[in-house]
Amino acid sequence: MANVLIVAEQFGGAVRKATLHAISAGREVARRTGGTLHLAVLGKGIGPVAEELSGYGAEVHAADAAVLEHPLAEAHAPVLVELARAVQASHVGAAATAFGKDLLPRVAALLEAGMATEVLGFGGEGAEVTFRRPMWAGNVLAEVALATPVKVFTVRATEFPAAAKEGKGAVTAAKVSVDAGALRTRYAGFKEVKSARPELTEARIVVAGGRGTKGDFKPVEALADELNAAVGASRAAVDAGWVPNDWQVGQTGKVVAPELYVAAGISGAIQHLAGMKGSKVIVAVNKDPDAPIFQLADYGLVADLFKALPELAEKLKKSR
Amino acid sequence: MPLKILVTAKRVEDPESKIKVKPDGAGIVTDGVNYKMNPFDEIAVEEALRLKERHGGEVIVASIGGEKSATEIRAALAMGADRGILVRHDGPLDPVVVSALLAKVFELEKPDLVILGKQSIDDDQNQAGQYLAARLGLGQATFASKIESLESEAEQKKEPGVKLAADGKSVAVVREVDGGVETLEVSLPAVVTTDLRLNKPRFASLPGIMKAKKKELKELAAAALGVDLAPKVVVKKLSEPPSRKGGVKVQDVEELWKKLHDEAKVV
Repeated sequence: MANVLIVAEQFGGAVRKATLHAISAGREVARRTGGTLHLAVLGKGIGPVAEELSGYGAEVHAADAAVLEHPLAEAHAPVLVELARAVQASHVGAAATAFGKDLLPRVAALLEAGMATEVLGFGGEGAEVTFRRPMWAGNVLAEVALATPVKVFTVRATEFPAAAKEGKGAVTAAKVSVDAGALRTRYAGFKEVKSARPELTEARIVVAGGRGTKGDFKPVEALADELNAAVGASRAAVDAGWVPNDWQVGQTGKVVAPELYVAAGISGAIQHLAGMKGSKVIVAVNKDPDAPIFQLADYGLVADLFKALPELAEKLKKSR
Repeated sequence: MPLKILVTAKRVEDPESKIKVKPDGAGIVTDGVNYKMNPFDEIAVEEALRLKERHGGEVIVASIGGEKSATEIRAALAMGADRGILVRHDGPLDPVVVSALLAKVFELEKPDLVILGKQSIDDDQNQAGQYLAARLGLGQATFASKIESLESEAEQKKEPGVKLAADGKSVAVVREVDGGVETLEVSLPAVVTTDLRLNKPRFASLPGIMKAKKKELKELAAAALGVDLAPKVVVKKLSEPPSRKGGVKVQDVEELWKKLHDEAKVV
């Protein structure tokens, strides 16, 4: 039993992009253990999603049932436990999204497995896979080993490439023996936050604002739209209620690693840096020349964001 | 309906402290580091206190660790929790061990609700609450949040974000998930883990601190609880992440534009 089971995430009939990065991680672990990669997808009416996933060359186990319509960890976990045992998985993984972070620890507990969260890469030798992961808000990197027969992990999507399609896997129905009536959790609604902008964790460019905006995000948003970028924010801006919660970049918010990250009016608290320091190019615009963000920015501009951002947006417009 | 609520208060390094790895990679430098209650647990304590203020009941705060963890329990008692339980254990902890010990405390106390921080800011694992719910066969609502901002009227009025149903048999919890906000109803007893934007924790008052000294703080020896205390998550080595070299400061937007366009070629 050295097989690898990766739990795919689907939403509204589509595979979440983060899953493709988790598949890459799963392929890497399977190469190390000499095992076979399996994919699991759960939901209701997920035939097309399972078909899509079969293009990644691994057997897809589709758990299709009304009781799995919503992503309730209590309902999903036992299905995955049964499946992990059936395919003799030594490693069970997923992307470290809200879904994965809610569900996988519950699966781990039921499998009596140890777990590593937000894995950045693998270490160790041969089939003895260790997990590299951040601790203390990314100020420390740890190499951890899991001393249980089954090992569970979630991966930070930005640290693994998106898997390319290869081969064709079979799609089989996974067994679902969950008694809906016995569930202690009920799904009571979902409010989608829609945006015309790219998803924060998937965008090529992110423009983020902080306390320096004083609550006026217009220049931040205008520059973002000029760059076809996602908009992010520091915790200070979110806590002040200036922008929605899901814009927060940081240890406790979203971790992003775009090609370009523009931090406007963000001083650079440790917890914010933990969420964006993997970006390829970092630009900081801040009035305070001593702001810590300048210590890691590739290009720092000491300026008023209300002047500098519109000017930069104007340059972009003209360059087209 | 009065609620008996169990909350956790883990002793962790102050998030404002500079964390450095020891040269041999066997741990972090603890000299000059301050300790405090895990910030996510502070939010859990605050939420429990608000629920008690609304519905009546009792708030029991538990911590697992060495004798110094009593400080974090006292801090929660000073905020207003009723009594504390320190599960004494001096060895390394992981979510597997922590959740097994908390399950024992749960069996002893039989609370209606357990509220924990979604993660502790030292190991950042984000697992203990989910493990605990699975071990106890309970429903879980992780990453509890509030729809309203922390500047809203509801927050000013110190309303709990976790809502007890009229029949007292379940709680409704708003959760932040990818792409939106979800609401779950979980039958009691239930396990809830807190995200940052659930509430703003109160500060302990001076009378609160004085009263806390007289509140009950019971000690249990972890070794006597019949739990396998060997960690399953074994930290082999710690290192410092590669540091990013800050680059040039540019004079104006014109220069910034040139750097981005001609040098970095990202726009």
